[in-house]
Amino acid sequence: MSDMQIETSPTTTGEEITNYTINFGPQHPAAHGVLRMVMELDGEIIERIDPHVGLLHRGTEKLIEHKTYLQALPYFDRLDYCSPLAMEHSYVLAIEKLMNVEVPIRAQYLRVLFAELTRICNHMLNIGAHVMDVGAMTPNLWVFELREDCMNFFERMSGARMHHAYLRPGGVHQDVPLKLLTDIGDWVDGRLPELFGDAMSLVMDNRIFKQRNVDIAVVSKEDAVKWGFSGPMIRAAGIPWDIRKSQPYEVYDRMEFDIPVGTNSDCYDRFMVRVKEVYESAKIIKQCLAEIPEGPIASSDRKVSPPKRGEMKQSMEALIHHFKLYTEGFHVPAGEVYVATESPKGEFGVYLVSDGSNKPYRCKIRPTAFSHLQAMDFMCKGHMLPDATAILGAIDVVFGECDR
Amino acid sequence: MAAVLHSAPRFASNAGVKDALSAALGDMLLSAKEAHGEVVLTVKRESIEDALRLLRDEHSYQQLLEMAGVDYPQRAERFEVVYMLLSLTKNHRVMVKVSTDEATPVPSVTTLWPNAGWLEREVFDMYGVLFDGNTDLRRILTDYGFEGHPFRKDFPLTGYHELRYSEEEKRVVYEPVELAQDFRSFDFMSPWEGAEYILPGDEKADTPPVDEPKTTESTKQIGAGDKADDKAAKGTEADPPKMDDKKEEGE
Repeated sequence: MSDMQIETSPTTTGEEITNYTINFGPQHPAAHGVLRMVMELDGEIIERIDPHVGLLHRGTEKLIEHKTYLQALPYFDRLDYCSPLAMEHSYVLAIEKLMNVEVPIRAQYLRVLFAELTRICNHMLNIGAHVMDVGAMTPNLWVFELREDCMNFFERMSGARMHHAYLRPGGVHQDVPLKLLTDIGDWVDGRLPELFGDAMSLVMDNRIFKQRNVDIAVVSKEDAVKWGFSGPMIRAAGIPWDIRKSQPYEVYDRMEFDIPVGTNSDCYDRFMVRVKEVYESAKIIKQCLAEIPEGPIASSDRKVSPPKRGEMKQSMEALIHHFKLYTEGFHVPAGEVYVATESPKGEFGVYLVSDGSNKPYRCKIRPTAFSHLQAMDFMCKGHMLPDATAILGAIDVVFGECDR
Repeated sequence: MAAVLHSAPRFASNAGVKDALSAALGDMLLSAKEAHGEVVLTVKRESIEDALRLLRDEHSYQQLLEMAGVDYPQRAERFEVVYMLLSLTKNHRVMVKVSTDEATPVPSVTTLWPNAGWLEREVFDMYGVLFDGNTDLRRILTDYGFEGHPFRKDFPLTGYHELRYSEEEKRVVYEPVELAQDFRSFDFMSPWEGAEYILPGDEKADTPPVDEPKTTESTKQIGAGDKADDKAAKGTEADPPKMDDKKEEGE
C-alpha cells in the first residue's frame, strides 16, 4: 500500500487555493430589495456571510417622534410595503393600549378581515418570489393575479392600493360597502382556492423545487427560539407559536383556525407553512364575513376619533373636535407599552413611550426580518452559493421594514 | 385597576408576576412596576447579564425579541436600554431595563442570545451606547462612514450631511445640509394651558401708565381741520354730494 500514490492534478500543483469573498447585492434580483451580503466562499461552499443591512434606512422612528400620533400612522404603511395593514395594526393597538380605548366590534371584525387579506396578499408575493428565486416562472405570474385582486379590494376599502392608512386609533377610517364584502366572499370561495391551488400544484411536488428546498437551512427548535425567530420561521421549526392564537387580539379569539407547523424545519417547510396559512386566512375571512355585525366603525370617544362630516355641519362641538384632532391631535397618557402582533412575516412589535404629549416620545419598531436575517450566517454555513437565494426567499424579508 | 377596554394582544395574566420576579432578582433589582398591563423591571447595569440569565433559565423567558434604546437627556444617566422578553411556555412578556450614559458600557448579552448581537449594534449605532463583550460592535443601519448617533434627542431631524449624485464628478457627493426653508416645529400647546413662551404683544401687558395719556381730542392732534370738512361737503362738479337727495327720494 505504501507505494500507492495519489495522483495530483496537473493544474493545481503548487498553487494555494484560498477562500474568496464576493458581494451579493445590494442590487441583486434575489436580494428582495437592497441587501448586501459579503460572502466568504470556499469554492461554491459558503463559509461565512456578513449581511449589511441599512441601505434603506430612512430614520422612520426619529420622524415619528416629530409627528403627532395620527400623522405618524402612514409611516407604518411604508415599513413593510407588502403587508401594510399588519404594520398599522401593531401601532394602533399600542396607542389603544396606552389610552385604554374601546374599539367597536364591527371595527374589530373589519381589522381582522383585512389583516387576513393582507396576509394572503403578502404570502402571494413571498411564495411567488420564492419559487422564482429557485427557477420557476409560471406560478409567480399566477399568484400575482391573486395579489392584484387583493390590491383591488384594498383600493375599494381605503382608496389606496398599498399605503392604506386605514386603521385609526379607536377604529378604522371608514366603513366598507356591502358589495365589497360579498365580492371578497365570492373571491375567497372561488377564484382564490382555484388559482392558488393550480399554482401550487406546479411547485409543491415539483422535483426541482424540492431539490432546491428540502433539507436546506435546517434549524433546530432550540436554535429557532434562541435566535428570536417568529412567525412562519418558528412554526416551520415545529413550534406551534402564533400570537393570534396564544395572545389573541381583536376578535381572533372568536375565530376558528389552525396553526400549520413544519416537521423538518427546512426551506420547504417554511414555504409550505405559508401555503397552508393562506387557506387558514381564507377560513378566517369567511368567518368574519359571516359574523360581522352592523354598527359603528370607530370609537364614539370624540377625544380620540373624529366626528363624521355630516355631524360637523350641524354641531359646533363636532367641528371643534375635528379641528383639535387634526391640528393638535390627541394626547396619550404617559407610559410605555410593547405591543406585538402576528404580521405575515412574524412578530411585528411596537414599543411606544409616551410622555403625555401629542407626539410619541419614542417609538421603537421591532422588525421581523432583523432576527431572521441575522441568522443567515449560521443557516447558510456549509451550503452552496445558490442555496443562499432559497434561504433568503424562505425568510421573507422586506427591507422597508428591516431597515426602517 | 381600570377595566381593560382595548383589544391589544392579551397574554397571560400579570397577577403576581411582578412580586415573584422581584423576589427572584433580589438585590439585582432597582425597581419594578406594572403599568398599562406591562411588567417593567429595572435592574442594575452591571448585573443585567445575570438578571437576564436568571429570567431565561429559571423563569422560562426563552426569547429576547427586541432591544430598544431610549434617550432622556435630562437624566444623569441619559440612556435606557430596554429588553423585551417573551416566554413561549408561560405566554407572558416582561420588559427589563438598564440605564447608562455615553461612556459607561452595558454588559453584552450576546452570551445568552445570539440575536442580541445585531440588536446591540443597533442601539450602539443609534444612541452610542457601548456594550462590553460584544465583539462585533459595528454600525448597522446608518451609512458607511457615518458620524454621530442619530436617534439622540439632540441630533437634528435633518441631520448634518446630505448626498446627491453629481453629474460633474460622476459620483455621489456628500454636502452639508442646506435647507430651502427652516425646519418648522409646530407647537400645539394652547396659550391658555400654561405655555411658557411669550406671545407677541404680551410684553405690553405690564407697561406702567404714562403721566399724560395720549388723546386725539383736539383738531390739532387728529390732523383734520374744519376747512377740510367744508370742502368735502361741497363736493366736486363731477361727483356732487348726493346724500341728502337720496334720502328724500327714499322717503
